[in-house]
Order: sequence, then C-alpha cells, then structure tokens
Amino acid sequence: MRNLVILGAGTAGTMMLNKLDSILDKEEWRITIVDQYETHYYQPGFLFIPFGIYTPRDVVNPKQDYFPPGVESIFAQIELIEPEKNQIILSNGRLLPYDYLIIATGTKINPQETEGMAGPEWHKSIFDFYTIEGAKGLSRFLKYWEGGRLVLNITEMPIKCPVAPLEFVFLADWWFTEQGIRDRVEIEFVTPLPGAFTKPRASAVFGDFLGKKNIKLIPDFNIARVDSEQKKIVSWEEQEVPYDLLVTIPTNMGDTVIERSGMGDELNFVPTDPHTLQSKQYENIFVIGDATDLPSSKAGSVAHFQSDILQENFLSAIEGRPLRAKYDGHANCYIESGFGKGILIDFNYDTEPLPGKFPLPGIGPFSLLEETRMNHYGKVMFRWMYWNLLLKGAELPIESEMLMAGKRL
Amino acid sequence: MPEKIIAGKTVNVDDEGYLVDYKEWTEEMALEIARAEGIEELTDRHLLVINFMRAEFEANGTGPSIRRLNKKSGVPTKELYQLFPGGPAKKAARIAGITKPQGCV
Ligand SMILES: Cc1cc2nc3c(=O)[nH]c(=O)nc-3n(C[C@H](O)[C@H](O)[C@H](O)COP(=O)(O)OP(=O)(O)OC[C@H]3O[C@@H](n4cnc5c(N)ncnc54)[C@H](O)[C@@H]3O)c2cc1C
Repeated sequence: MRNLVILGAGTAGTMMLNKLDSILDKEEWRITIVDQYETHYYQPGFLFIPFGIYTPRDVVNPKQDYFPPGVESIFAQIELIEPEKNQIILSNGRLLPYDYLIIATGTKINPQETEGMAGPEWHKSIFDFYTIEGAKGLSRFLKYWEGGRLVLNITEMPIKCPVAPLEFVFLADWWFTEQGIRDRVEIEFVTPLPGAFTKPRASAVFGDFLGKKNIKLIPDFNIARVDSEQKKIVSWEEQEVPYDLLVTIPTNMGDTVIERSGMGDELNFVPTDPHTLQSKQYENIFVIGDATDLPSSKAGSVAHFQSDILQENFLSAIEGRPLRAKYDGHANCYIESGFGKGILIDFNYDTEPLPGKFPLPGIGPFSLLEETRMNHYGKVMFRWMYWNLLLKGAELPIESEMLMAGKRL
Repeated sequence: MPEKIIAGKTVNVDDEGYLVDYKEWTEEMALEIARAEGIEELTDRHLLVINFMRAEFEANGTGPSIRRLNKKSGVPTKELYQLFPGGPAKKAARIAGITKPQGCV
C-alpha cells in the first residue's frame, strides 16, 4: 500500500481528492485528507455578505459532503510537515506517513502584521471581508451607517483574488446608491500598486470604471500603520488618508505550519515549480492553489486549472515518468461591477488581460474587459458550478490552458 | 532595444530605463543613476541594499519585494523608504542595475 496525504480540504485539496480518488487503484493507494475545520466556505461569496446579497448560510456546506466514500478524512490541525522523514505530525500527536504529499493549505489574512490594525477597533471601524467574521461584521455595520469616508486599502501584494477589492468598491457604490445615501459617502481605493490593477491594460480599464463611479484612486500607497484613534492610515512615507470606515485587505500569508516546517518563503508560501507544480525542494511533494509562491493569481479558477495539470503530473510521478504537463498561469475572473453587471478577464503568465470575446461552449460568449449583464450571470453561475462541479473534480467546459481565440491584441 | 550612455559606458536598457543585463553594471553607474533619481550620495546603507538586490537577482532571477528586502537584509522598512524615496523595491532595482521586480498578478 502507498499513502497519499492531502493537506487542506479547501477548494484545491477537495478538488484533488475527488480527481485522484476516481483514478487511483484502491488496492494500491490509501488516500488521507486533513483539515482543521469541518465547514467548507465558498469564499467568493464573502464579497456579497456585507451588502445583504448573500447570507452566511448561502456560503457554507459540510466539507464531509464533498469527500468521496472510502477516503480517510481527519479533522485536526496540522502541526508539522517533516519532508525529510516523509511524515506529518498532527496537533493531536498522530503521525501520518506518506509516499506522496499534496499541500493545499491556502492563504489567510494577517492583520497583526500591520501596526495598529488588529487593535481595539478591529471589526468595529476596521473590517476585512476575507473571513466570514469580517463579512458578517461589515454587514451589521453597514446597516446602520449614515455615511462618511469609506477607505478600502490593500496592505501589500500578493493577495488572493486580486480583483475582489475592486469588486467591493464597485458594489459599495451601487449599494449606497440603492440606499439613497451615495451623496453622503466618499469612496477611496488606496493601493500599493501604481494603478487600479496589476496589468497595464486591465489597470487602465478599471481605472476608468473607478472614475466613472466617482471612486477616488490613491496609488503607490504602502501602508505603515493604522492610527485607529485618529482614524487614519499612514504610509511609510508619512502620507495620511483619513477614514470613517476602513475596509482592509491585510497581508496575505500561507499557514504558519509552512513556516514551522521551514518550507516557506518570507510570506510562508511554498516555493513551487511554476509549470509542473512540484515542490522545488522535494520530488514527492506537489503544491496547489493559494499555498504556492507562483506569480499567478490566487483564485479558485486558478486552482481548478492547476488541478488538471497536477493530476497528469502526479500520475507521471508515481510511474516514474517525466512531468510533461505544464501550467501556463491561466486565470479567469468574473468581476462584479455593480448594478447587475460584470466584467470578465482571462489571462496567463505571459498574456495580460485583453479585450475581445471569450467563447464558452453552450453558454458563452462572454465579453472581455467590458461591462455586461452576461458577465454578471457568469459570476452568479459560478457559485452553482463551484459546489456542483468544481469541488467534485468534474470537467468544466473551459480549457486549463489559456486560448487566444476571441482576444484582440 | 534602446541604448544609453551611463558613466561613460554604452548599455542596453528597457523601455522604462532598467538595465537589460545586470552584468554590465558598475558602481560608477550606480551613482549616476541614483543622481538622476534624486539621490545625491550613495551611503554605505544604500550600497548594502544595492549589493543585496544584486545578490538576490543573481540567485533568483528577480529582485526582492520590500518585505523580503527587509527580512533578509535586516534594513528596517522605514529606513528603506528613507534611503529610496518613492518606492525602494523599484528604485533600488534601477540603481542596482537589475530588471524591474516582477509585480504579482
Ligand atoms: C472575498 C473573496 C472573494 C473571492 N472571489 C473569488 C472569485 O470570484 N473567483 C475565484 O476563482 N476565486 C475567488 N476567491 C479565491 C478563492 O476562494 C481561493 O483562491 C481558493 O479558495 C483557494 O483554494 P485553496 O484550496 O488553495 O485554499 P482554501 O480554500 O483557503 O483552503 C485551505 C484549507 O487548508 C486548511 N488549513 C490550512 N492550514 C491548516 C493547518 N495547519 N491545519 C489544518 N488545516 C489547515 C484550511 O482550514 C482550509 O480549509 C475569493 C476569495 C475571497 C476571500
């Protein structure tokens, strides 16, 4: 018997579990998956909770419901990975030996990395929306807010779902309009990037949207501290931005188990081959999803494209064949832009988001880098696809490799 | 590819003025690039950062992020911004003669 252990039963871990369970020979392989929590959160849904579009109940399901029968699932904290000994130590003291390991422990926010952020005003006038607690807190806060300065701040890159902060301010603009108080709210988008987004063409398009929606862009702002008494954020160069409500995307880091195990970079992300998804240090370890140090986006769609590549390379690895499948950095993101519309971007390591059409057999085409109702439906549909197809490792009508068809250069 | 004469030497630069081949860099060039960026003198602290940037680039093929710079070189983040006003990662990369650090997506 050979042991495959999967660390983390979030988007990527659950997907890999289902894919590999359906193809590995059960006489030969024992598969074990470990996670600390029993509840699976549909994280893209967190964006909608502050505005009352989704309730917390709309974004949860038991993890167990997505595990195929016959696999061993363990709910416990992972204490340590010992790659030299090919074993895992759980916090309950249990040892898990493995022949192959898949790391899918994701990333989470670390407000304590920024001075003054996680203090007494945390979840009172300073909120995140990357956790269920933050999203719920914001939803309560916004119900009673009379208006003022809403400042959205990205602490540092990389962050998971790098378009989510833009979606948040787009939706806020729509929501305050619906509430009839848009004229009493100033919205500012404060980012360490030189523009609205990372890549030039998309950045220009999103910058225009911000302008049209009367949202002020403050670029090149690297936050040093939050002064929660004076209600202002201060950059390393002493630039100050006052707020009444601060919505922050705190520093995103990999889990501390990666640090404890000495396997991460300065943000606890695991050095990973950008094409094969094999760990750069250990041949029998693969890494997928937000836990990697890849320069691709940290998104569910990315984890999905990676899962096809990882499946192929995993089969090659266990049979001693060279790893031929190559991940190209493909990402595909629906961006909610408010008022029932959305924008779609599709890109990879080498090709930045371009305008044009995105063909999707049976459903599409969607418009790229343009605001349409159809793109909004794409986003709405994504939740259904996530629970019913994506997590179960089913085929989606979309290629893992980025295609140029429809794109305009 | 555009060419540029820096400290008397003709070198290739990219569209944004970053050196294309970090091996063409000399310390004299660093001072000239720094002055064009508004930094009059290169102190030992500047040079420490610049040499660290070059070592990182040699090892990893890309310049470090500010967090990495801070963590691995030991220079406090606040000081990095004082040494290289307007963005330590990019500015120090330019002066160190390495390519622009890859932004993340
Ligand atoms: C607000 C928001 C909006 C988003 N919108 C989109 C979107 O529109 N489209 C899109 O594609 N993506 C979106 N994403 C991103 C997407 O949710 C993530 O990229 C995706 O969930 C990553 O999957 P993962 O498996 O790598 O990590 P996760 O799903 O986060 O799973 C990691 C798992 O590892 C477990 N774990 C970690 N450490 C330990 C430990 N020490 N012991 C035990 N268990 C551990 C965790 O409990 C967790 O279950 C969004 C994310 C957020 C926060």
